[in-house]
Amino acid sequence: MEILVAILLTVATAATPLLIAAIGELVVERSGVLNLGVEGMIIMGAVSGFIAGYVTGSPWLGLLAAIVVGALFSLLFGFMVLTLATNQVATGLSLTLLGLGLSGMIGAKFVGVPGPKLSNLYIPGLTDLPVVGRLVFGQDPVVYLSIALTFGVGWFLFRTRTGLTLRAIGDSHGSAHALGISVVGYRYLAVMFGGACSGLAGGYLSLVYTPQWTENMSAGRGWIALALVVFASWRPWRVLGGAYIFGAVWIGQLHAQAFGIPVPGQVLAAAPYAATILVLVLISRNKRLTMMNTPASLGQPFVPDR
Amino acid sequence: MRLELVKRPQRSMLFSALSPFIAFVLTAAAGAIMFALLGYNPVKALGTYISPLTEVWQLHELAIKAAPLILIAVGLSVCYRANIWNIGAEGQFIIGGVVGSIVPVLYPTYESWLLLPLMMVMGMIGGAAYASIPPLLKVRFNTNEILTSLMLVYIAENVLDWLVRGPWRDPNGYNFPQTAQFNDYAILPAIASSSGRAHIGFIFALVAAVLMWFLMKRMLKGFEVRVMGASPRAGRFAGFSHGKMVFFAFMVSGALTGLAGISEVSGTINQLQPVISPGYGFTAIIVAFLGRLNPLGIVAAGLVLALTYLGGEAVQTALGLSDKVARVFQGMLLFFVLGCDTLIHYRIRLIGAKAEPAAAQPAARLEEAH
Repeated sequence: MEILVAILLTVATAATPLLIAAIGELVVERSGVLNLGVEGMIIMGAVSGFIAGYVTGSPWLGLLAAIVVGALFSLLFGFMVLTLATNQVATGLSLTLLGLGLSGMIGAKFVGVPGPKLSNLYIPGLTDLPVVGRLVFGQDPVVYLSIALTFGVGWFLFRTRTGLTLRAIGDSHGSAHALGISVVGYRYLAVMFGGACSGLAGGYLSLVYTPQWTENMSAGRGWIALALVVFASWRPWRVLGGAYIFGAVWIGQLHAQAFGIPVPGQVLAAAPYAATILVLVLISRNKRLTMMNTPASLGQPFVPDR
Repeated sequence: MRLELVKRPQRSMLFSALSPFIAFVLTAAAGAIMFALLGYNPVKALGTYISPLTEVWQLHELAIKAAPLILIAVGLSVCYRANIWNIGAEGQFIIGGVVGSIVPVLYPTYESWLLLPLMMVMGMIGGAAYASIPPLLKVRFNTNEILTSLMLVYIAENVLDWLVRGPWRDPNGYNFPQTAQFNDYAILPAIASSSGRAHIGFIFALVAAVLMWFLMKRMLKGFEVRVMGASPRAGRFAGFSHGKMVFFAFMVSGALTGLAGISEVSGTINQLQPVISPGYGFTAIIVAFLGRLNPLGIVAAGLVLALTYLGGEAVQTALGLSDKVARVFQGMLLFFVLGCDTLIHYRIRLIGAKAEPAAAQPAARLEEAH
């Protein structure tokens, strides 16, 4: 029972960075922008969060720095794609490449240094309850934050006027522009929100998940987050489910390796990526459903005419 | 103050030709600022960065690094022209290297002049076969090729890792995770062995670039690629099949990338190791764009990007900076190329803070008159 609780606890920590990054990207894509730079923003958040946490000794300040750096870094993408109307796929890729390089350079001196770790929640009485206590009341604070974020984004997108406007821009930027809505302005904010989320996801990796900095520690999570958005057909609730399924796959393969299951470790290590492909195939199979759910302006450059 | 894009009536030939050079200069400038911020003399650091160009053996290294970049990027340019996003070249490179190595690893004593051509063909088949997975999933299940091709990179890395630590490990290799050294018949010959290591993989790259230039400019298939990229609707009216185009683009690029993989393994490394590529598959994306998706431009761009690798190594040994400097330069270069490409289709107008008060002036004058 103890082992099961421990495994379930780690599933939440593996799912949380995926959830946060995917929720951020979901908002960006709902506004009609495809940012393939998630991986780069996560790794920038991870390195800056770790350094800020290490220097100040406070994991909270570390997370804050990760959010700010993630948002600023995404602004680079925003300027290129929104102001200069560059190709979104290529620009997002270059953000990822730049982020992986820059983070390696900035973090070179911090490899292997032990950093601060965000401690788990402890509520006397409640957390001590058998089994459910630690699962429901004993996670780290960001786990709760990520679930609140999912609720918040779901409410914002489908229950507020601003959310409706954002979705309208994503479905037809031309019509939105004709109605006098600032398409580029909304999109800048959406892109920065996505950057802040990816940054937080990165900070979570280097301050909570494994409190240290290693190069390429994002290990493709940004790409999995992008796949999660497609898997969830651009709906926040489904992202929550998808992230926890992937968290379970991620943790499952780690535990399977530790238990010495007679399968080569590489097969297990490749499992999350193979699972991503499988899930994409299953969800994309229905062409009409995919077309209905995909924001119609996704990835299209937009230049306001006047 | 803000920027505004004004559409040009037709694409600017001037900026079409100039944009890679502007991007290059801007990258050097940004690099100088970066070095200055890190506390190094920017002129000296940039000098160190391009210092590999002054020595003959380093020029050989340049050709070694440029060969895979050009081969991969020439293939990718076909995909990107057709608006098909293969970003998994890194995985196709690895699988090309693995499949091409089957014969020299399993039959280490097989010595024949047929061995090298066989390895090259098998590498191409391996790369093309691995590259056929994303289009298969895209055409059959409507799956996004960007994500599947990228996921296949991680899977390919694990396949190679498993082979060199497991069944293909050199039994006499003191447990090092690598295959036995290939015999001489399995190693690509050097171009000029007296002065450096460069092997004929570089010739493959040049030949591939010229052939692909001919295909894209002079043959119907090239026209089809360009039409499908510019306007899939027009392509459909012309009777071109989008599904077949996706397969064609991925297979061509996979075959060339596979050839790059086995050339690197055979000519440069001479065995399989857990890691056989310093990110060539991703850097080649930058090469393709810097070369303006033109096979001949890609040759020049490949040499430039090869220099970023060597320069990164030079800066690392001379100044003690992380070798990730190379990646930073590559990322900046792609950003600037994409930004400069905007100038081909648009004029950029600065709308200054002064412009708006100017519009308000008549009203002000009216008040003065009163």
